[in-house]
Amino acid sequence: MILKGRAIKYGDNIDTDVIIPARYLNTSDEKELSAHCMEDIDPTFVGRVQKGDIIVGGKNFGCGSSREHAPIAIKASGVSLVIAKTFARIFFRNSINIGLPILESIEASDEIDEGDELEVDLDTGVIRDLTNGKSFSAEPFPPFMQELIKEGGLIPYLRKNK
Amino acid sequence: MNIAEKILARASHKESVHPGELIMADLDMVLGNDITSPVAIREFEKFGVKDVFDKSKIALVPDHFTPNKDIKAAEQCKCVRLFAKDKKIENYFEVGRVGIEHALLPEKGLVTAGDVVIGADSHTCTYGALGAFSTGVGSTDMAAGMATGKAWFKVPESIKVILNGKLRENVSGKDLILHLIGRIGVDGALYKALEFSGEGISSLTMDDRFTVSNMAIEAGAKAGIFPVDDKTLEYLKEHGAKEPKVFYPDEDAKYSETIEIDLSSLEETVSYPHLPENTHLARESRDIKVDQVVIGSCTNGRLSDLRAAAEVMKGHKVHDGVRCIVIPATPKIWREAMDEGLFDIFSDAGAVISTPTCGPCLGGYMGILADGEVCVSTTNRNFVGRMGSTKSFVYLSSPSVAAASAILGHIGVREDVK
Repeated sequence: MILKGRAIKYGDNIDTDVIIPARYLNTSDEKELSAHCMEDIDPTFVGRVQKGDIIVGGKNFGCGSSREHAPIAIKASGVSLVIAKTFARIFFRNSINIGLPILESIEASDEIDEGDELEVDLDTGVIRDLTNGKSFSAEPFPPFMQELIKEGGLIPYLRKNK
Repeated sequence: MNIAEKILARASHKESVHPGELIMADLDMVLGNDITSPVAIREFEKFGVKDVFDKSKIALVPDHFTPNKDIKAAEQCKCVRLFAKDKKIENYFEVGRVGIEHALLPEKGLVTAGDVVIGADSHTCTYGALGAFSTGVGSTDMAAGMATGKAWFKVPESIKVILNGKLRENVSGKDLILHLIGRIGVDGALYKALEFSGEGISSLTMDDRFTVSNMAIEAGAKAGIFPVDDKTLEYLKEHGAKEPKVFYPDEDAKYSETIEIDLSSLEETVSYPHLPENTHLARESRDIKVDQVVIGSCTNGRLSDLRAAAEVMKGHKVHDGVRCIVIPATPKIWREAMDEGLFDIFSDAGAVISTPTCGPCLGGYMGILADGEVCVSTTNRNFVGRMGSTKSFVYLSSPSVAAASAILGHIGVREDVK
């Protein structure tokens, strides 16, 4: 599967409190959540994000609270993929479980600039930055997780494998 | 094998497991709260099974925005209540009986040593203090756990943390875990388990251990596990927990790293905004003025925490410019604190005492900060906007330091309170 989108860049330790502040956790409606996505770190995000955009973060992306509302808000914003140097482990699980693609690559995180046009092959993990002409390869997922992502998340996977 | 590997091997019916191996583990407890359960319930309905795997092994604890803070929160709690009733969940706790989940479950004897526990709350790692493998997950994992009684895990590597010596007076488990996070960073244990070890453990109270395991996640850890000793066994017995399954690490157990901490060298520690790893000594932070103090949370809302705060506040008044909010973590703790006369001390000092709730810790309600305000808090996170305005500042500390700061009007230690 090939994804194409513009890079939206953030730094290290982007926590789930800034991805979706707790004051909005009195709902689990994905549209309401996406209306406040990234609000506490980047109030311009909601106004400028376009369908297919790719978030590029630093290390420990998604640290803190286990709220699944965070990857749900990102996915519902139209973001097609999150690339980071590393992901906090609960965010990592949650993204795979809800079918939000994520990739880990230190080089991609360092070399991609805000607004760069990216083309990503999820099957091979190859990330191409069409703006600066560079190419990076992300760690492929173990087969079990690839299967999970292919099925669209944990619940569809378990239903199929009941 | 180390402790985490032994527990995961037991739960996945294997002779042995090794780091990196993907396993399906049987779950002894599945936990959710009023924020995460509604999403899990929605996913559970999609799964298409009628009943939960075991109605005695699910705990639904509406603690975050209760007593209901607004209409939307009330709707979420109603969703959880109806589900609990419909599925005959045995461990559902209504307002008046509900407390902060990670203080409540051990108090009710719902977790024992050797258990595998998942909770749709990141601080589920608290039960590592009881020798359990317990870890935070999201709502979808909770849904799958409720339906199947299983969860997938990648067996983590473990970091061995050797504790030597004994904590000094007024220095607590909170200072220990803040020190450790300051040393290894907020991703220092990412994808790994912390396993505590060493003769220093025996001097730590169970409440100290709960606080330490609770904040393992703030170093990125999957679990923070203490070995079972007499204090653990006594605690489990006293709280009516099931028969413990005790595992000790093998002599040739493997660890990715070993860290040694001399407990006697630790001092009162404070984490500055906006990451728990930004640690400084409290005595070097006296120039920081304080607007609010919060004493409570799953990290530090237990009886010994309230006692530590009361000892400092006894006979003193909260500084004119400070709002001090005390939140006992469970109804039992609330009642015991009242019976011991701690409420008299807090009330005489001019502090307010709340019903049990997570409330201000995550910026829900009961103590939200305005622009520019500073809070010293015994909670666990000081991220941007965590307790309210994105321009507010949260400093994490022990109950002793928080209470001293409430009296002084600036950050300080117990000795500063004259």
